[in-house]
Amino acid sequence: MRTRRALLAHSTRLAALLAAAGLLPPAAQAAWNAAAFEARTLPELARLLGTAAPAESREVSLGAPEVAENGAAVPVVLGSTLPGLRRLLLLVEKNTTPLAAIFEVGEAVEPQLTTRVKMGQSSDVYAVAVTADNRLLFTRREVKVTLGGCGG
Amino acid sequence: MADPMRIRAQLAGDKATVRVLMHHEMETGQRKDSAGRTVAAWFIQEVAITHNGRPVLSAQWGPAMAKNPFLQFNLRGARAGDRVAVTWKDNRGGTRSDEAVVA
Repeated sequence: MRTRRALLAHSTRLAALLAAAGLLPPAAQAAWNAAAFEARTLPELARLLGTAAPAESREVSLGAPEVAENGAAVPVVLGSTLPGLRRLLLLVEKNTTPLAAIFEVGEAVEPQLTTRVKMGQSSDVYAVAVTADNRLLFTRREVKVTLGGCGG
Repeated sequence: MADPMRIRAQLAGDKATVRVLMHHEMETGQRKDSAGRTVAAWFIQEVAITHNGRPVLSAQWGPAMAKNPFLQFNLRGARAGDRVAVTWKDNRGGTRSDEAVVA
């Protein structure tokens, strides 16, 4: 008789095989990387994403206000001029969840994105680029927040 | 079903500037209501954008993205009449798709 555990292990392997073969719809693959959103630091995030250690780079750009009046919606522009760019990440160091977003940038999209992020308090904000050869490069900018956006 | 997104795809040469404004509370799960109870987390986790059905940009978001999230980018090789579609999915399984025509 097969145990429940053996059955579960079997179905997990099967799901992995199907996913690898592209037979499962994308929704079934649970794409959201929960572990990455729990990472507290950049080196931890680099380890979770399987990249090289983080390095500062001028080829990653970050536009953000020096002083943000309202932490509930701080406008940011993140971009990169690196060849072979795969992902752009946005982090707010002192937020409870530092990682705000992971963007998978296709070749049809210019690697410059404008969005808005919440900031609980004044903090360093990081724009991070991950390249196809698994380098993790970043640019940092300090943003002072007059009114926090996480307390309500 | 959630309110519709506002999507604009404005052609400039061979590029289109795409602006997306989604309607979502983006609750962090940290905030407390007036009675002191924690408001459960409720935020968009996944975003997928296609150009004439071809995936061009996708994202995973955490609760730190601002309420009613905004996203702007330039799409290469766009032509008038092309379709730009955006789909999001939140942590409660809610989802919404909307589409705009490049003009």
